[in-house]
Amino acid sequence: MESNSNQSSVSFVKIPTIKFTKLFINGEFVDAVSGKTFETIDPRTGEMIARVAEGDKEDVDLAVKAARQAFDHGPWPRLPGSARARIMMKFADLIEENVEELAVLDTIDAGKLFSMGKAIDIPMAAKNLRYYAGAADKIHGEVLKMSREFHAYTLREPIGVAGLIIPWNFPSAMLMCKVSPALAAGCTMVVKPAEQTPLSALYFAHLAKLAGIPDGVLNVINGYGPKAGAAITSHMDIDAVSFTGSTEVGRKVMQAAATSNLKVVSLELGGKSPLIIFDDADVDMAAQLAIFGILFNKGEVCVSSSRVYVQEGLYEELVKKLVEKAKAWVVGDPFDPKVQQGPQIDKKQFDKILSYIEHGKREGATLLTGGKPLDGKGYYIEPTIFSEIKEEMLIAKEEIFGPVLGLAKFKTVEEAIKRANSTRYGLAAGIVTKDINVANTVSRSIRAGSIWINCYAALDFDCPFSGYKMSGFGSSLGLEALDIYLKVKSVVTPLFNTPWL
Amino acid sequence: MGIHNSDDSSAATTFVIKNPTIKFTKLFINGEFVDSISGKTFETIDPRTGDVITRIAEGDKEDVDLAVKAARVAFDHGPWPRLPGAARARIMMKFADLIEENVEELAALETIDAGKLLSMTKARDIPHAASILRYYAGAADKIHGEVLKMSRELHGYTLQEPIGVVGQIIPWNYPTVMFFLKVSPALAAGCTIIIKPAEQTPLTALYYAHLAKLAGIPDGVLNVVNGLGSGAGAAISSHMDIDAVSFTGSTEVGRKILQAAAASNLKVVSLELGGKSPLIIFNDADVDIAADLALLGFLYNKGEVCVASSRVYVQEGIYEELVKKLVEKAKAWVVGDPFDPKVQQGPQIDKTQYEKVLSYIEHGKREGATLLTGGKSLGRKGYFIEPTIFTDVKEEMLIAKDEIFGPVMALAKFKTIEEAIKRANNTRYGLAAGIVTKDLNVANTVSRSIRAGTIWINCYFAFDNDVPFGGYKMSGFGKDYGLESLHKYLQVKSVVTPLYNTPWL
Repeated sequence: MESNSNQSSVSFVKIPTIKFTKLFINGEFVDAVSGKTFETIDPRTGEMIARVAEGDKEDVDLAVKAARQAFDHGPWPRLPGSARARIMMKFADLIEENVEELAVLDTIDAGKLFSMGKAIDIPMAAKNLRYYAGAADKIHGEVLKMSREFHAYTLREPIGVAGLIIPWNFPSAMLMCKVSPALAAGCTMVVKPAEQTPLSALYFAHLAKLAGIPDGVLNVINGYGPKAGAAITSHMDIDAVSFTGSTEVGRKVMQAAATSNLKVVSLELGGKSPLIIFDDADVDMAAQLAIFGILFNKGEVCVSSSRVYVQEGLYEELVKKLVEKAKAWVVGDPFDPKVQQGPQIDKKQFDKILSYIEHGKREGATLLTGGKPLDGKGYYIEPTIFSEIKEEMLIAKEEIFGPVLGLAKFKTVEEAIKRANSTRYGLAAGIVTKDINVANTVSRSIRAGSIWINCYAALDFDCPFSGYKMSGFGSSLGLEALDIYLKVKSVVTPLFNTPWL
Repeated sequence: MGIHNSDDSSAATTFVIKNPTIKFTKLFINGEFVDSISGKTFETIDPRTGDVITRIAEGDKEDVDLAVKAARVAFDHGPWPRLPGAARARIMMKFADLIEENVEELAALETIDAGKLLSMTKARDIPHAASILRYYAGAADKIHGEVLKMSRELHGYTLQEPIGVVGQIIPWNYPTVMFFLKVSPALAAGCTIIIKPAEQTPLTALYYAHLAKLAGIPDGVLNVVNGLGSGAGAAISSHMDIDAVSFTGSTEVGRKILQAAAASNLKVVSLELGGKSPLIIFNDADVDIAADLALLGFLYNKGEVCVASSRVYVQEGIYEELVKKLVEKAKAWVVGDPFDPKVQQGPQIDKTQYEKVLSYIEHGKREGATLLTGGKSLGRKGYFIEPTIFTDVKEEMLIAKDEIFGPVMALAKFKTIEEAIKRANNTRYGLAAGIVTKDLNVANTVSRSIRAGTIWINCYFAFDNDVPFGGYKMSGFGKDYGLESLHKYLQVKSVVTPLYNTPWL
C-alpha cells in the first residue's frame, strides 16, 4: 500500500530560507546582466520554492573572463598540488558542517530522499573532494625511452577553463564529481547546474569561497540549457566541456564544440542497463538488487537496471518477490523517514514516464504492478513492473528515467549476453550468480563501462566510470577523471656525451 | 644562383628512376582487392608534372558499408581481438619485416605520389613505418587494466578492451608514416580498421594492404577504402557502426568530422590538426645550429608538415647574423625532381595547394611583410615553389595566422623572453614549438609557458616512437606515438564485486 503522505509534509523538516539565489561570478553573488530570474519548483506540490537569477550568454561571458583571468594569471594553477589540496580539504570540511542544510535543498529541489541526502549524497560530495585533493600532488608526467640520444619527458598541464554542465538527478554529487578533478588539476571553471535544481550549487559556491578557493576559479551560472548551456558549449574561450545528461543533449554539446573551437568534450549520457540474474543466484539478494536498481532515487539514475533478465529456473520465485517488494514500496514526501521514493523531478519527466507506461501497455508487455500516478499534488508515480518485454519495444529501448522496470525470461548464457548487448547504450550492467566462470564470461562479454557482479551501482572514488557506445566517452571517478582536465605536453632536447639512453 | 632547376635534359637521364609499375589500384575489403560498387575510379597525379600516374578505384558510402560489415564481423567474431597480444605482435612483426623487404618499391611509390624526396622515403619514411609497427607490436601484450583501491569491501578492477571498429582518415603529406601511426596502435589494441588514405596519395596504402595479408593479418581486420573526403571520408565519420574515428588533416575538415560524429552515433573522435608552430631563437643560441633548425623547420618535406616552424622569432642580439645565414641557405636550397639525389625540395602536393601557397605569398607581400628571398613559383611544369622568407611579420598578418603548408617562413625580431612567449602563444593553434638556447632556465621557463603539445629544445622534428604527439587548443586532441595513442582504441571497463571475509581492503 503506497503511503500518500503529501498532507503530512508540514510536520517534517522546516523548509529553510533560500540563502543564495544569484549567479556566482568571480567570487561574488550577482544578478544576471538581463536581471531575469526563473522559478525552481518543489516536485512534491508543483509549487515554486524560489526565484533564482537566470544566466544567459552575457553572464557566461563574464564568468569565462573571470575564469580565464584566474587561470592565466591567478594563483590557482600555479600553487603546488598540496596547496590546492589543503583548500579542497577545507571545502570538504565545510560541506560536512552543513550537511543538513544542503540535503534539505536537494530534497525540496529534486524530490530526493532527505535521509539519503544526509547519509549519502552530501557526504559523498565531500569525500569526492578529498579523493581528488589527495591526487593533486601526484599528477605525474613520464620520462620517455628514446631510441636516439634525446632526453624527453611529458608534462601533464591543466587544460585551462572548463565548462561543467550538471544534471538534476544528483545535484550535489554530480557537481562535486566534476568540480573536484578540475580543481585538483589546477583548472578554473564555469558550472551550469540543471535548471530544475539550481539551489545547492550556489550554496557550494559560498562554501568554496569560505574555504579559500580564489575568486574566478569556480563560477556558477544557473540558467537554461539552450541559453547558458549553449553559451558554454560554443564558447571560443572554454578549453573543455564535461557534460552529464541525456544522449540527445550530449549530441548538441559535441556539435557545438565542433562548430566553435574544437574544445575537448566528455559526455556521460543515458543508459538502458541490464541486470542479469542466473539460476544459481540467491533469490532474496537478487530481488533486493533488482528493486534497488530501478527504484533508487525514483529511477532517476543513469545506471538504473531498467531491464532485468531472469533465467527461467529462478523466474517465478524471483518475480513473485519483486512484485511483493514493489507493492510494499513507500512512495511519498521525501522528508518523511518512512518514505522510500519521492516525486519525479518535474511535470515534464512525470508526463514522459506515464507516456512510456502507456506505450508499454499498448506494446503488449504484461503489467505486473503499478502503472499509474498517485492521486493528489506533485509528481508521484507507482513503482511499475512490466514483464515479457522484447528488445524492440520502446520500453526496452529507450531510457525512461523513472520507476519502471522491464522484465524478461531467458534460457542460456549466450541468449542473456545477446539480449543485454542489444542496445545502443553501454553504461553499466549487473550480473547475479555465484559461478565464477559465468561471472567472468558475462562480465567480459557485455559492452558496458561498469559491470557489477552480485551488487549494483557500487561506485567508488578510485573506480573509473564511463560509458561504452552511445552512453558517452570520458571518465568520471577514478584517476582517469583527471585526464579531461589535463593536456599532455612532450618536451624533447638532445643529449650529448650521455653514458646511456 | 642557387635554385637548381633539375630537369635539364642531361641531368635528367642520369638518375631518373623508371616510374614504378602500379600493382594495386582497387579497394581492399575483407582481404580482397575489389572494384568500387559504382565502378568509379579517380586519377592520382604526379606533382612533378601534373600528369596522371594511374587511376584508382574510388570508394564511396556503399564501399565503406561493405568494409564496415567486414570489420564488424572480424571484430565481433573473428580471431584478431581474441588472440593473445603476443600473437598479434608476431603478425605485426612479420608485417614490419615485409615492409623492409620492399623498401625500394614503396619509396618510389611514395615519392611519385606525394613529391617527397626519394632519399628520405627510402632512408626515413618507409623504415620508420616498420619501426612504428614493431613499437606497438611490443606493447600489444602489455595493455594492463588496474586493480582499484576501494573504500568499502569490494573487489574492483579495470579492463582495457578494444573499442571495436575504427575509422582512420589520413593526410597526404606522410602517406606511409601516417598509415602506420594510425594502424599500428589500433592493431595492437585488437581493433579492426577501415582506413581512408588521402585522395592525393592512394598508392602506398594499397601495397601495405597486400603486405598485411601476406603477413597474416586476417581478412576484414584491415580494410583500405580510397576515395574523396566528401564521399568515403564522410561515410566513415557519420557511420552508425564505427566506434571511433581518428583523423589527421586540416582544422576545417576536423570540425566536419567532429560534427558528423555528434550527429551520428557519438563515436569517439581524435583529431590531429593544423599548426602555426613558433621557433624561438635566443641570443645565446649557436647561430649555425639555429639557422639549420630554422631552415629545416620550414623547408623539410617542402613545408608540408603539420609541425613546420612557420613562425620564427629571433632575439635582436643574434638577428642580423642569423637572418643572413638563413637567407644564404634558402637561396642555396636545391628544388627539383624528388628522384634526384641532389634535390632537397620536391614539388608541392597538387595544384590546389600550390595555388594556395602562392596566394599566401601574395598576401604577405600586400600585408607589408618584407620579402627576403623567394616569393615565386619556379615557373615550370609541376608544382614547384621557391623557398620564401618574409620578415617584420606581425601576428595579425594572414601569413602569421593561417597555416600555409608550404616553403614559406614568417620571421620576426623580439627583445625579451616575455615578449617571445606572448607572441608565440598568440595563435589558436598549439601543435609544437621550438626553443634554441643554452640557458637551462630560459629552456625551462619557455617550455612550460608555451601552450603547445610538443616542445623541442635545441632540436626540431625530434619525434620518437615513445613520445606522445598531439595538439593543444585548435590543433586538436588525442595523441599519436607513445603508449598514449593506444587510448583512442581502447575502452575502460570497471568490474566490481563484493568481498566477504576479507583480511584487508
